[in-house]
Amino acid sequence: MSGIFASMIDGLLIGAVYGLAAMGLSLIWGVMDVINLTHGATIALGMFGMYILFSAFPVNAYLLLIPIIAAGLLLGLLIYWISVHWVIDRPQLASLLSTFAVNMMIIGIGTAIWSTSPYNVNFTLPGITVGAYTFTGNHMAAASAAVIIALALELFLYRTRMGKAIRAVADNREAAELMGVSSTMVLALAFAIGISLAASSGALVSTLFPFTILSGASYQMKSFVVTVLAGLGRPFGALVAGVLLGLLEGAVTPFIAVSWIPLIEFGLFVVVLVLFPRGIFGRATA
Amino acid sequence: MILRHPVLYIILAFAAIMVWLPLHGNNVSLREDLILVAIAVILASNLNLMIGYTGYVNFGHIVFYGLGGYIGLYLAAEKGWNLVLAALLAGVGVSLFALVLGLGILRLRGAYFALATIGILVAVQSFVANFDPWGRSTGLYVSFDAYEKLGGARHALWVTYFLVIAVMALSMILSLGIKMSKFGLGLFAIREDEGAAVVLGVNTTVYKAIIYSVSAFLPAVAGALMFYKNGMIDPSIAFEFMLSLEGIVMLMLGGKGTVIGAALGGGLYEKLRSYLLTSPKLSNFHLVIAGGLLLVVVLFAPGGLIGWLYKAVPRSRKVLE
Amino acid sequence: MKRLVLTIFVLSTLFVTAGFAQNLTVGFTVSKTGALNVDSLEQYRGFELWRDQVNAAGGIKAGGKNYKIQFVSYDDESNTKRVQQLYSRMVLQDNADFLFSPYSSSLTATAAIVTEQYGKIMLTTGAAEGKTYTLGNHYLFQMFTPGAEYLKGTLDALKAKDPKATIALVYEDASFSVAVVNPAKAYAQQLGLNVVFTEAYAPNTTDFSAIIDKVIASKAAVLLGGGHYADGSTLAKQLYEHKVPLKMITLLVAPDSDKWTELGDSAVGVMVPSQWEPQTAFKAQYGLSGADFAKAYTAKYNAPPSYESAGGYACGLVLQRAIEQAGGPDTAKVAAALNATDITTFYGRTKFSTAANEHGLQIGHAMVLAQWQKDKSGLVKQVVWPLAAKSANLVYPIH
Repeated sequence: MSGIFASMIDGLLIGAVYGLAAMGLSLIWGVMDVINLTHGATIALGMFGMYILFSAFPVNAYLLLIPIIAAGLLLGLLIYWISVHWVIDRPQLASLLSTFAVNMMIIGIGTAIWSTSPYNVNFTLPGITVGAYTFTGNHMAAASAAVIIALALELFLYRTRMGKAIRAVADNREAAELMGVSSTMVLALAFAIGISLAASSGALVSTLFPFTILSGASYQMKSFVVTVLAGLGRPFGALVAGVLLGLLEGAVTPFIAVSWIPLIEFGLFVVVLVLFPRGIFGRATA
Repeated sequence: MILRHPVLYIILAFAAIMVWLPLHGNNVSLREDLILVAIAVILASNLNLMIGYTGYVNFGHIVFYGLGGYIGLYLAAEKGWNLVLAALLAGVGVSLFALVLGLGILRLRGAYFALATIGILVAVQSFVANFDPWGRSTGLYVSFDAYEKLGGARHALWVTYFLVIAVMALSMILSLGIKMSKFGLGLFAIREDEGAAVVLGVNTTVYKAIIYSVSAFLPAVAGALMFYKNGMIDPSIAFEFMLSLEGIVMLMLGGKGTVIGAALGGGLYEKLRSYLLTSPKLSNFHLVIAGGLLLVVVLFAPGGLIGWLYKAVPRSRKVLE
Repeated sequence: MKRLVLTIFVLSTLFVTAGFAQNLTVGFTVSKTGALNVDSLEQYRGFELWRDQVNAAGGIKAGGKNYKIQFVSYDDESNTKRVQQLYSRMVLQDNADFLFSPYSSSLTATAAIVTEQYGKIMLTTGAAEGKTYTLGNHYLFQMFTPGAEYLKGTLDALKAKDPKATIALVYEDASFSVAVVNPAKAYAQQLGLNVVFTEAYAPNTTDFSAIIDKVIASKAAVLLGGGHYADGSTLAKQLYEHKVPLKMITLLVAPDSDKWTELGDSAVGVMVPSQWEPQTAFKAQYGLSGADFAKAYTAKYNAPPSYESAGGYACGLVLQRAIEQAGGPDTAKVAAALNATDITTFYGRTKFSTAANEHGLQIGHAMVLAQWQKDKSGLVKQVVWPLAAKSANLVYPIH
C-alpha cells in the first residue's frame, strides 16, 4: 500500500471524529444562532468523563459512550439555562460572551481538579495490518461510533415529532411558535443535543490520544473550520465536511511538514468564510 | 476641543501617577506589577475601538501585539536597531497588515467576523511557528549585552517601563480623540445599524478597515516594547488566545464604548488576576472567578462598571467619556 | 509552671540556634502541572533530598557560620510566561539568595534572562540547550552536558553495529530537541550514516499518525528524536501500535523516567541518552557516593532516581561546595568559586566554561546511553554505551 493511501485512511478515520464534534456546534448555531463557546470545554469534559468511567468500569470503552451521551444532555440543559436562556433575544455578542464565560469557569474548575497534566484512557482494540501499515482498532471503532451517532441524530431530526419541531424552530422561530411549538423547550433540547455530541466526540478522542483539560480548545477550532466548510445548521453536512477535512489532511501531509497543517486549514477557513459565507456545501439562502 | 476635555486631564494624571509610584522609593517589584496593568489597559483600550465603538468582536486582537513583538524584537535584537525606532516600525508594519487584512475580512458581519479573527490568529501563529528567520517554535532571544545600549539591563527595564506608560496614555488619548471626532460618529452609526449607516452615506467598508488598522498600531508598539523587556518571544507566548479573550473580559467589565471604562476594566482585571494567581489557595480558581464575573456582567450589567456609574450618578455621563 | 519552663526553653533554643544558623533562600519553579510535570517532579525531588540532607547535617558550614537551606518555589505550569513572572517575584519579593533553574531548556532560557537582568546566580539543571550561554551571561552555570552530545553515543553505537542502517529524525520543535538534533544530523553525516527522513513536530502534538506514515514510507530502520516525557511516551506508544518495523529507537528524556515501564510492550528496547545512571560508579571527591544517593532517594520516594533527580541533587552539591569555598553567600565570591570548580561527585565530573562567549557551559560532564531490556524480573534499564561503562550488551535489532 502506498504512503498517501494509508495517510488518507488515517485522515478519514480521525475526520469522522472531527465531524461529530462539529455537528454539535453546527446544530446549536443553526437552530438558535448562538456560537457556543463552551464547545471546547464540553469536549474536554467528555474526555475526562470517559477517563473517570473507564477507571471505575474497565469494560469496552465504547460501551461507556451511552452514559456519556446521557450526562451530556443533562449538562447541556444546565449550560443552556445558565448562559443562553437569558440572552437568547439579545444581540449575538451577548451569547458569545456568556458561553465564553461559562467556558472559562469549566476550564478553571477542570484545572483545579485535574491540573493541566496529560491523561490517558488505556484501552486498546486490535488493529488491522495491510502491508507495512497498521490501522489501530481504536481509530476504526471511534470513526464507526461517530458515524452511528451522526446517523441516529439524522433519524431523530427527520423522523420524529421532536426532531421536526427543532427543524421548524431553526427555519423560523416565530412561525413555529405560532404553530404551537414551545420554542424554549425546543431550544433547550437542541442545545442539550449539541453539547452531548461535543462530549461524546471528546470521549472518542480520549480513546485515541492523551489529553489535558485544555485539549478541547484545538478541537473547538477544528469544529469551527468544519462548520464553516459545511455551512450552518446542517449537522450531517458537518460530518461529511469533517471526513473531507481529514482526507485533505491525509492527502497533504506526505508532501509537507505536519506543522504547516494549521496554517493551511485556517487560511482555508478564512478564505471560505469570506468567499462563501454560507459554506461550500451551504444552501443558497439562509 | 480635546484640550478642554476633562478626561484628557484624568488620563494625564493617571499616567503621571503610574510613573511616580514605582520611582518613589525605587520600587522595582511594584514597577513589574504596574507594567502588566499598563499592558492590560493598552489592549483593552484598543480593543474598545473595535468592540465598543464599531460593534465588531475581534477575538484575535492579540495577533497585533504578538506580531509587533516579533517585528520589534527582530529589528532591535537581531538587527541592532534603536528600540523606539524598531517599536514604531513594528506598529506601522502591523497596521498596514491589518489594513489589507481588514479590507478582506470586514466584508463579514457579526459572528462571522469574530470567527474569521480566530482563524487569522491560528493561521498567523502557525506561520510564525514555521518561519525560520524568527526561530520557529523556539522563538527569538535578546542577547544580554543588547541592554548595554540602554545603559545596562536594570536601566533598560526602567526605560521600557516609561515607554509602555507613554503608549498607555496615547491609547487612551486616541480613544478619546476618535470618540469626539466625526470619524467616531461614523463608527457609532455602524455599530447601531450598519444598513442605515450605508444609507446615511457612511463608507462603512473604509471606516471599518481604518479603525481595524488603527486598533492594531499601539498594541503592536506595546508588544515590541514588552517582549524586548522580557528578552524573548515564542509563538505560544506571543499569540496567546487566552490573553486575547481576557482583553474582552476587561472591556466588558469596565464598560465597552467608553474611554475610562476600558482603562478601568483593564487595570482592575489585571490587578485581580495577579492577586489570584499568586495566592496559593485561589490560584487555581482565577479562571472561575474571571468567568463568573464576565457572566454576571453580560447577563445583568451589559454596560459594565461605567454603565452602572452612569445609572447611579447620571451627571457623570457628562464628564466621563 | 512546668509548661512555662518548657516554653522558655523552647523559645531560647530557637533564639540561640537562630543566632548561629542563618537561612539561605534558594528559589526555583517546578512544573507541578502541564506537559513537563513528570520530569520536573523528579528534578525537584533531587533538590529536596539535598536540602534535607544538608539541613540534617546542620547546614552549610562556611566562614565560621552555619547556613540552613530554605526553598521558595512556585508552580510554573510548564509555561514560559509564568516562569518570567515567578523568577522576578522570587528575586524581588522573596529575596532569594540563589536560584536553581526550572525544568527544560525553554523554561530555563526564559528564566535566565530575568536572573541575569537582576544579577543573581542560577545553577541550571534539566536544561541542556547551549545557546543561552552564548548570549553574554555572567551568572549562569550549567549542570547538564550540552545538547550536541546527546545523540553522539547512539550514532557511535549504530556505526559499530550497522553502519548501513537508514535513520529517521523525528523530534519536538522546542529549544532542547532542536539543540540536540541539528548537531546530531551533522555528526551522522560525518560518520557516513544515512539520514533518510527529518521532521519536527509541534510541542503539544498528540496525534503522530501522519508522521508515522511518513516514517514507514521512508523505510527508515532507526528512529532518533522525541523531546520530553508527554510527547516521547505518546510517540513510542503509537510507533508500537502502528507496528513500525524499527530496529533501534532512541528518544530524548522520556525513557529515563521510571514511569516508562507503564508503557508495557511499547517500552521494550527503547534507548535514552542519559546524564547519569545508577550503574555508573564515579569515585566521588566530594559529597556522597552514587550508591548512597540511590539508596537515600529510593528510601524517601519509593522509586529509583532518574538522571533529572541526580542532576537536581548535584546542582545543590556544587552550590554547597562553592559557598564553602567562598566562605559565605556573597554573589561575586560564589560566582568566582563556581568558575573555578572542577570536581567529581557521584554525578560525574563538573566543570564550567569560563570563556566569555560561552560562560557557564558545562564542559566537564560526560553522558551514557541506556536501554530498556527485558530480563526475568521484568523491564530493566541497562547502560549499553560507551562500552567501558556498559552494564549489558546493546540489543540490536529490538525485535
